[in-house]
Amino acid sequence: MSGTQSIIGRSVPRLEDEVLLKGEGRFAADISFPNQLHMRVVRASNAHARIVSIDTAAARAATGVVAVWTSNDIQDVPSIDFRDPAAEALGPYRQPVLAHKIIRYVDEPVAVVFAEDPYLAEDAADLVEIDIEELPPQLHASDAPGEFASGIGTEPIVLNSAYGDGEAAFGSAHAIIELDLTIGRHSGVPLETRGALGVYDPQKDLIELFGAAKVPHRNRDTLMRMLKREVHLHEGHVGGGFGVRGEIYPEDVLVCVAALRLGRPVKWIEDRYEHLMAANQSRGQRHLAKIAVDAEGRVLALRDEFFHDQGAYVRTHGARVPELTMGMLPGPYRIPSFQAQAHFRLTNKTPCATYRAPGRFEGSFVRERLMDAVAEKLGIDRIEIRRRNLVSKDEMPYARPLSTLGTEVVLDSGDYELLLDKALARFGWDEAAKATEKRRANDEKVGIGLGIFVEKTGLGPTDSAHVSVDSSGAIEIVTGGASLGQGFETVMAQICAEALGVDYENISVIHGQTDRIASGIGAHASRATVMTGNAVHVAALNLRTKLLEAAAVLMQSKPDALDIVDGQIISKENGSGPSLSIAAAAGDDGFSAEGAFHVDHMAYPYGIHMAQIRVDQGTGAVKVERYLVAYDVGRAVNPKLVEGQIVGGFAQGLGGALFEEFLYDEQGQPLSVTFADYLIPTLSEVPEIDVLVTEDAPSPLNPLGIKGAGEAGTNAVAAAIASAIDDAIGKPGAVTQIPVTPQRLMVLMQD
Amino acid sequence: MDSFDIILNINGSDHAVSVEPRRTLADVIREDCGLTGTHTGCEHGVCGACTVIIDGEPMRSCLMLGVQAAGKSIRTVEGLADGDALHPLQEAFKDEHALQCGFCTPGFLMLAIAALERDPNISDEALNELLSSNLCRCTGYANIISAVRKFRDAGK
Repeated sequence: MSGTQSIIGRSVPRLEDEVLLKGEGRFAADISFPNQLHMRVVRASNAHARIVSIDTAAARAATGVVAVWTSNDIQDVPSIDFRDPAAEALGPYRQPVLAHKIIRYVDEPVAVVFAEDPYLAEDAADLVEIDIEELPPQLHASDAPGEFASGIGTEPIVLNSAYGDGEAAFGSAHAIIELDLTIGRHSGVPLETRGALGVYDPQKDLIELFGAAKVPHRNRDTLMRMLKREVHLHEGHVGGGFGVRGEIYPEDVLVCVAALRLGRPVKWIEDRYEHLMAANQSRGQRHLAKIAVDAEGRVLALRDEFFHDQGAYVRTHGARVPELTMGMLPGPYRIPSFQAQAHFRLTNKTPCATYRAPGRFEGSFVRERLMDAVAEKLGIDRIEIRRRNLVSKDEMPYARPLSTLGTEVVLDSGDYELLLDKALARFGWDEAAKATEKRRANDEKVGIGLGIFVEKTGLGPTDSAHVSVDSSGAIEIVTGGASLGQGFETVMAQICAEALGVDYENISVIHGQTDRIASGIGAHASRATVMTGNAVHVAALNLRTKLLEAAAVLMQSKPDALDIVDGQIISKENGSGPSLSIAAAAGDDGFSAEGAFHVDHMAYPYGIHMAQIRVDQGTGAVKVERYLVAYDVGRAVNPKLVEGQIVGGFAQGLGGALFEEFLYDEQGQPLSVTFADYLIPTLSEVPEIDVLVTEDAPSPLNPLGIKGAGEAGTNAVAAAIASAIDDAIGKPGAVTQIPVTPQRLMVLMQD
Repeated sequence: MDSFDIILNINGSDHAVSVEPRRTLADVIREDCGLTGTHTGCEHGVCGACTVIIDGEPMRSCLMLGVQAAGKSIRTVEGLADGDALHPLQEAFKDEHALQCGFCTPGFLMLAIAALERDPNISDEALNELLSSNLCRCTGYANIISAVRKFRDAGK
């Protein structure tokens, strides 16, 4: 665009860093308002029970307490609504803000205390007495469904997705392989716990919610629907999102309602113990998967019946995770016939929703376990079997007769085999195979494995942005995007700087403020850079046009004879001639421009994970010796940030593959409630990994060619690690359950 | 509950505060002294986001009571930069993209600075062991190690 070196594609330092490094960030707990009250939630201690009575008298009388509420005090507040229209059958399973008559999971909000000080609120919460009658808990999604409420069961919906003639394919198959695979319950667990502050302004008759994240505009719409009042949301710094943070939970609604009714700001900060039982969990699925192949190992048909453990209620996402699992299950392979059936079932555990690479982490584990099993059964190399089934470059764009998230699955671009070749070379697969074989001969349990995947990013349909320049030359981008730590501000500024011809460091980026722009898509499902980035690109080009038109008058030139370089408007012909600053061109009133971007289909990046691991025969511990993530991102706006997303995502995937699991006992009591039992990988467990980012298949769906990058590092970790463990212990197909904890691996080695 | 009047010396400045004995040092630093750069990520001593330096030692301020820190010299993340000039370790974090959401960052900075002040030539192995005591959920740690090594090597 401008005469200077392109800034898209450069690993420039982040705009976000300085305040964060100086401790000047404004995370939810850092925000306070004068005269604020503090909220403490009284939570259930049983997984399933009937509430007989709740005695709040002692809590009400406690020092500093202003109010104590149970569900009877907020009967006019509806259950938490879905973000998008959902199947009608899901309606009765929405979570009430406070448990009403029935408790459905341990830690469910039952009452709430408002006090002058957080310590006093916690003291008083301990005084609330809940008398209950225990009910038998439903704990396993693959058990027969039970009763949720009178007349409705714990399986609100069964999802089906199918194409092709599966009967014929299975009937004529050379070989059929069936696997029973389990993915453990785990979740995002951001390092900042949740937090919410509700403020009511009687002058404007407006409720404001601070501590928003991820999808502030969508949440504003939901809250306005629920509360029937004007609401604005404000996002400050957010200490990690990963799908979990930024959904509407009971506490978000409670601080809003309390601020309105009590007439004072109300602050709630979650503690870690609460977080590990109250925030969305994810992933828990059991798959009964079946694949039919011909004699050469070409896939004829894939069938998968799976059980999705939704937990106690259906939260804001509806049935999105199992839907995504089905839609993305075929991955990079040609699957002529496909049948998937998802049993969406409620259990008496913490409710579930999305976590980074939702449905894909699970599906990639299932699909790649199947490919390894086919390779073993037919005696064909694991790489070769995949190569034979990859969708080829010539077939792009490749339309699958499937839909997910309301859009048809059309793989927009890709050269999967090229990336496979690049990954094999980069990892040194053949050498590693020989070296590990030799070490195994010396009684070491070491092996290699891989997983190939397709990601889905940039779900639209629409996002918009607003770019302005004032009389001082300061540039501001207003978006409805969100910043969760991924580098959103930097990337938007780079895209704007490229189009406008200015220094990215002179651009400020607004996000997550619903009073600044009418709508916004937020930051979820790897869409911010695709959707908001392209909207910023359009807005910045529109602003550029306005600046050049104004400058042409002042410079007695024509707009198309001018360029903007480093914030100076110059003649293209005679760059050293007279110039005009953009501030001067903007005049006293400044200029602003809008931009919108619309897209009907998602962009599908793709990648390959390769792992070399060693199993300690004495303890069953897995050490990752080498790891490669190869990923085609279409076009990297800031390669260092893309790599950062991949490396960080890998660490989370590794947690899910080896360490992290929310366990429950047979009464439904959660067992993973501190960082001593829920094991997030530390630096000792996370190896330095190799990242290969390629740009061989830019998306044809947007002018910048961008695809998303947020979930690639997580997607196929369990797939690759499982494959490598099988290889290391010399037992193909051994790993059928993740996380592969040392205890589980010791059993696998003994079997 | 009775409160105690104490003076906390943080980054060279005295803060006179009146606190209940049960109040954690993290809460006193954040709420009573207004220095919110010290973050609380777990409040049970595992994540290390609340790490501050007390009399030269890196400590988890969620595991100490405010009254226990009276009379001691406390350093927090707010004391690192010199006005607009970042501390060299902060610069290294920026250069190496060692932070994403930035929530764990103050804890890692204080942990590493205390260790490097004690042993400026700390080995890679000891550094890995040390940095394994804090949690980061965004970065996968690789860039944090690079940043701390870069700072250490610049001082050699």
